[in-house]
Amino acid sequence: MTEEQKPKKKRAPKKYSMPEQPPEERIQNFNEVPLGQDAETIMKEAKRCLQCKRSEKRKICVDGCPVGIDIAGFIMKLSEGDFEGGVAILKQYNNLPAVCGRVCPYENQCEGYCVLARLKNYDPVAIGRMERFLADWERARGFRKPELPPRKGKKIAVVGSGPAGLTAGADLAKKGYDVTIYEALHAAGGVLVYGIPEFRLPKAIVQAEVDYIKMLGVEVITDVVVGKSITMQEITQIYDAVFIGTGAGLPKWMNLPGENLNGILSANEFLTRTNLMRSYLFPGSDTPNRIGKKVVTLGGGNVAMDCARTALRLGAKESWIVYRRTEAELPARKEETHHAMEEGVKFHFLASPVKYFSDESGFVNRMECCKMRLGEPDESGRRRPIICEGENFEMDVDTVLIAIGQSPNPILSQATPELKTTKWGTIVVDEWQRTAMKGVFAAGDIVTGDATVILAMGGGKRAAEAIDRYLTEDEPWPSSEKLEK
Amino acid sequence: MYEIIDKKELTPGIHLLEINAPMIAKNAKAGQFVMLMINDVGERIPLTMADWNAEKGTITIIALEVGKTTMNLGKMKKGDKLRSVVGPLGLETEGRKYGTVVCIGGGIGIALMYPVVRALKQAGNKVISIMGAKTAETLILEDEIAAHSDELFICTDDGTKGHHGFVSDILKQQLDESKQVDMVYAVGPIIMMKVITDITRPYEIETIVSLNPIMVDGTGMCGSCRVSVDGKMKFACVDGPEFDGHKVDFQLLIERNKRYLEEEKLAIERYAKEVQGGD
Repeated sequence: MTEEQKPKKKRAPKKYSMPEQPPEERIQNFNEVPLGQDAETIMKEAKRCLQCKRSEKRKICVDGCPVGIDIAGFIMKLSEGDFEGGVAILKQYNNLPAVCGRVCPYENQCEGYCVLARLKNYDPVAIGRMERFLADWERARGFRKPELPPRKGKKIAVVGSGPAGLTAGADLAKKGYDVTIYEALHAAGGVLVYGIPEFRLPKAIVQAEVDYIKMLGVEVITDVVVGKSITMQEITQIYDAVFIGTGAGLPKWMNLPGENLNGILSANEFLTRTNLMRSYLFPGSDTPNRIGKKVVTLGGGNVAMDCARTALRLGAKESWIVYRRTEAELPARKEETHHAMEEGVKFHFLASPVKYFSDESGFVNRMECCKMRLGEPDESGRRRPIICEGENFEMDVDTVLIAIGQSPNPILSQATPELKTTKWGTIVVDEWQRTAMKGVFAAGDIVTGDATVILAMGGGKRAAEAIDRYLTEDEPWPSSEKLEK
Repeated sequence: MYEIIDKKELTPGIHLLEINAPMIAKNAKAGQFVMLMINDVGERIPLTMADWNAEKGTITIIALEVGKTTMNLGKMKKGDKLRSVVGPLGLETEGRKYGTVVCIGGGIGIALMYPVVRALKQAGNKVISIMGAKTAETLILEDEIAAHSDELFICTDDGTKGHHGFVSDILKQQLDESKQVDMVYAVGPIIMMKVITDITRPYEIETIVSLNPIMVDGTGMCGSCRVSVDGKMKFACVDGPEFDGHKVDFQLLIERNKRYLEEEKLAIERYAKEVQGGD
């Protein structure tokens, strides 16, 4: 660190804290856990920022942001109390700031690059919280429609209304295109509404951000399964370009004996029943979601934490996470793991199920697990779990939730053989998100496999740029051979 | 929103609804289904399409009152609107020429049997239809199916119409008379489909069944509808709903369809009170 970048006046070493619902209280409800911060606190937080300049030699916050937000810019406005100005900067880059300010893994992204955090005992600047503050401030005030360029008279279809589709759709609308988003479910938002629980991302907030995107002129049509209700051939005839962001919606299984027993559900089913179908209101809502006394969630990612924490809120007496590696390898965000532990979720590390048993009612009541130890690192860099032979043990269990990842949703690519896919079912694209079908682009989990909201948004953003380029410049479409590479 | 264009009670507890859904009507094929949701807190339930009219932009569903949602559906009137109707979902019936096919429908399964019979007849097959109901009064779509069948047999559990007994009796009789049958299609109660497949197995006749597991999204996302076919996990919503009946684990399906019995009962009781209170 050079002289000029050192804090001239002393910065508070730690982030200003954000109040949260206490654990014993929040496991009784589905309300959001962190409660937000007031303007005074957030302005103090903004003043912690060093306003670093980006250079080739030194990476700063924005280098960690998949959508390239001018972070120092909006923090400067925030520190001056100019919230309107801060929102304007944020919204230039990010159409879903209230979502990102809640679910982004900032610690590995923007905040992971924060220069302040390189000082001993210093926290990074709380960029995520500032984003959240500005987004919430704007939503409370009421969205103002941004000035839009003249319409270009070109129509674009977006398939899927998750983070990738919403981002691509909003960016294209801002560029002057007429955008129609098709969503298979009855509500827009994709994983933001069916997957991420209310206590982490309130659905009213997702709805508000979707409404903002509609305000940009984007039309959202729900209840349309592209590939079934309308084919890609039909769509490509109507629209000048198509963006596919159908996500990773196919649950993975372990293919163990007894896995089809009652009481064993995919994380997707459990979370969709709870979030999209609002089973937590049952019988006030019509979708049931049976939950046993002892719930075991398999997996260690954010989805696993969501399942384990939701189970507690639905009345489970014990909620366990069984994970085959150790705490150090948990792929979930630290904050999620921390929240889960605070709420009383118990962890069984270095274990994995091998078989399920049931009583005469057909519901699972017991599972056999094997013990694991960590071996050499695998291609992901994490140490590979190895089975300890002869050390199996049993656990009583009433409900098992399988949260070991999702595969790409196959409906569209199955119905559209022209789209080239990998052996994992992801759609093959080039560096401009172009698929093997002319005029058709794809991004998000359908291309990368299951990843994060913000990476999908980054992909959607790149695709919007690429679609604009495709519709304004006369470039040849890449050949299939090129896509092979 | 999806308006109910026409509604009639075919027999007590069985309702026909014609729904405005142009996109679905345009692409609908025999064997497919829709996911339907009545209101914002409603459940998404799969219902088979009995018919569709692309020009008019409507689809026809026939629902039997079994749970809260279908009971509520029964109370709806012409002009009412539904929160969500998605489709056409699932793979279509392979409407090719087999030769002679026997189509068997039991109870409300007859609703799905109708477009399948029509498609198989159009594909040039000789179609023998066997329809079963509890009693003559609950038999649906007799004329419609008769119009597309070369032969039609009716069975009732109480003998009030046609053969006094099960659809499987008629199938067995047909096979015992050593009639040439190239394919059997069965849709109805799980136990009926299981019995049919047990009958055709020794004859090695291709037997297709249409399964009805519990679904949530209906688009391959959740795995609620997973079934075991030839020992492999399949999702009825995207891999089915039709499967090779000789390879289906019916016992598993019976067990899995019991998952929410208690909750269904609770919902029905509550609904009954609501309806009474409202009257």
